[in-house]
This record gives sequence, structure tokens and C-alpha cells, in this order.
Amino acid sequence: MIKTDALIIGAGPTGLFTAHQLKLIGLNCEVVDNLDKIGGQCIELYPDKPIYDIPAVPECTGEELTNNLINQLKPFDIKFHLSERVDEVKKNNNSWEVKTNKGTEFSTPNIIIAGGVGSFEPRKFGPKDCEKYENKSIFYSIKDKSIFKDKTVSIFGGGDSALDWAIELSKDSKVNLVHRRDEFRGAQSTEGAMKNLVKNGKINLFTKYQLRNVNGKDNLESIDIEHDDKEIKNIKTDYVLGFFGLIMQLGPIANWGLNIDKKTISVDTEKFETSQKGIYAVGDICTYPGKLKLILSGFHEGALAARACFKLARPNEKYRFEFTTTSSNLLKRLGKKE
Amino acid sequence: MSKITYIEYSGKSHTIDVANGLTVMEGAVQNNIPGIDADCGGSMACATCHVYVKEEWLNRLPKKEDGEEDMLDMAFEPKKNSRLSCQLMVSEQLDGLVVNLPEKQV
Repeated sequence: MIKTDALIIGAGPTGLFTAHQLKLIGLNCEVVDNLDKIGGQCIELYPDKPIYDIPAVPECTGEELTNNLINQLKPFDIKFHLSERVDEVKKNNNSWEVKTNKGTEFSTPNIIIAGGVGSFEPRKFGPKDCEKYENKSIFYSIKDKSIFKDKTVSIFGGGDSALDWAIELSKDSKVNLVHRRDEFRGAQSTEGAMKNLVKNGKINLFTKYQLRNVNGKDNLESIDIEHDDKEIKNIKTDYVLGFFGLIMQLGPIANWGLNIDKKTISVDTEKFETSQKGIYAVGDICTYPGKLKLILSGFHEGALAARACFKLARPNEKYRFEFTTTSSNLLKRLGKKE
Repeated sequence: MSKITYIEYSGKSHTIDVANGLTVMEGAVQNNIPGIDADCGGSMACATCHVYVKEEWLNRLPKKEDGEEDMLDMAFEPKKNSRLSCQLMVSEQLDGLVVNLPEKQV
């Protein structure tokens, strides 16, 4: 069980700056994020899109903003638990016991939810029967590609993941690539490589088709795909892969007894505390009268929530407000002073 | 103000006066129309404000910008008449627009 002054859920910009504020005032913290990298929506949804409304930063991309925030955390030692999702939160006297889907356990007086719109999960196929075969014959990510050797694999999607896997698996498997339109989003060179393999008969390409049905008993046997003009084709296949990007799901947060309305959590505007003492929500996931879903608002909310954490983490000490320009305490923590 | 009609997957219809200058997505969210999630808040980054536009309206709408079609790849059951409602700015030209909501957004 890891003991920490505060646990931050979400490594997006708000979570990162909240970690900065906690460390600056002398608290320790750890960060959990379901993605395999730091940056949240900034890195997953718009790494290349410029942002123009970060104070004092006239223009920066999601990736640049993330890198700057990571740099700002350099003076501090913060443990990140990536590719982990917080599943359970339980009260134990004055602290919260938190467990992730990988079994990591934390004990902390303070939980700061900086979860954006929830955790990123793969977008799944529409037809209901797909669930039956999920993780058996239908996958949304690949952990072990050897299972596809000498099998028929039908890949859905038009981005880099779909193209890369179609190309890779065509070496040892029979590959069908299915996409809802003629244009692809992947890198041009990748698209070119895929089209060459189509020409050489290594990949069967079906465009303007979408998955309509999956057929089989215990094992998946075939799929029906439907063309824009309603024509239906039946394809024999052993495996189906879907690469439709990620969606955001509130997930287990919904079960923690917080006031949730339309995927957001109500907080007060002094501590950004939820209806549970010691659980705070900051950034896009919190709501209060006048809430703006801006990154700058998340920074403000995180700074205040961090001060609120101090009271619960150090009940016998008094928090004193200090400036980084003048406080030798803060400068020491920042590594600028011996 | 322009009248926008949102038809839920169940068939339930809502006709709302939406101020010109708002998007069709904002019109739905501000009036609590179920079926439009708009997780990303209108930055064309999530495809959870996906709607089907009535055929006769298809050519009367502003053209898709780069990126909208890419995002629609990720929508739930996209069709030829799919649009992201966050990209449809309400104006007098859109008065009377009817959009059907998909079975679900994710």
C-alpha cells in the first residue's frame, strides 16, 4: 500500500499543474492515468492543434503544452502510474483507500480527480453480438500478434493503427481491410504501402463498407459488411480488429458516491471539494456556477485544491502562503537554493 | 432565432428555437436534449455530437471542414448524411433544419 499526501487521477494539463502546486507547498503526490502517456486530451486528441488561450503563451500545440508542464515538474520527484485506471475508492477512517485495475493500492487523505471527461477507452463496434466475441475473436488492441498467424483477419478503420496492422499482419495472415469511405487518415506513405499490398493481392480492401453483423456459435465464423448502397457481403473470418480511436468514458468514477450531473462533478469554489470530504475535482470534470472548460481554469482550480489538501495531509501545521520569487522554502523545493 | 428539430433515436421529437450563431450541438446541450454528448465541448475532437441530417438539407449546409470527415470515421454508425453538430452554425439558412440522433454516441 502506497501512502501519499494526495493522489491525482488524470495526467492531463490540470493534473500536472496540480501536482506542481502540491509539491511546491511541500506535499507529496502520485498520479494515475489510464493512458500509456502523460498529457491527457492534449496529447491524445490534439497533439498538433495549436492552442491560443493559455495566459502568457501566445500559441502552443497540445504536445508543446504537455512538454512544458512536464518540464515544470522536473525539480520534483513524482511517481506516475500510467496505463492504470482507478477502480475502487473506499473510506477508511480519515483516509481513502484506492485501488487500480492493476492492483496498485494507495492510502491517502486527499484524492484529486482531474479526469477530464473520464478515461479513454477504445471505441467499439456497434452490433450487439460483438460483445460475445470480445477479447476472443474481436479485439480493439493487439497484445500478441502470433495468434493471427495463418488465420483470416478482418481489420476495420481508416487511420494509422488500422493501416499499420493491415500491413504488418498481411505477412503471415489473410487480411481484409474494411473502411467506411475511400479516403484514409493514415500517413500517406503508409497508405501507399497498403495500396501496393492490395495490388499484389496481399490485402483485400473493402471501402464504403461497415460491419453489420457477426455470425458464429462459440467461435466467430463470419461477418456481414454493408456497403453505402445497402449491398451486404458475407466474409469468412477468424478474427476481427477494430481501430476507431478512443472515446472518453466516465467509468468507475460514477460509483464513488459523488454528485454527478451530465458526466461532471459538482464542487465548491473554495476548495474544489466534492460531496465527499477529501475528494476534490478540478479541470473539465468539475462543475460549479460559471465553470469554463478552459485549461487556465483547471490551473486555478488545481492550485486551490492543492491548498485544501494541506489541511488534511498536515492537520497539525498551518499553511502559509508564499511567493516563488521570494520564499526560500519554495526556492529550495524548486532546487534553486541550497 | 432559428427552429431546429432534434429527433431522438426513439422517435421523440424536440423543436427548439436556437439563437443564430450558436451551433446545432450547443442548441441541444443548452436545452437538455438527450442523445448529444459533446464530450470535447465543440473542438471537433470526439465525434460524440454526431447527427444524421435529413437528405434535403445535405447540400444546404456549410461544407465539411478538414477533419470533420476524419472524426466521423470514429462516430457510432456513420452514414452519408452524418455530420458533427458542433460544426453546424445556426443561421437563418438553417431555419427548419431537422436532425436525427444516432442510437448512441459511443
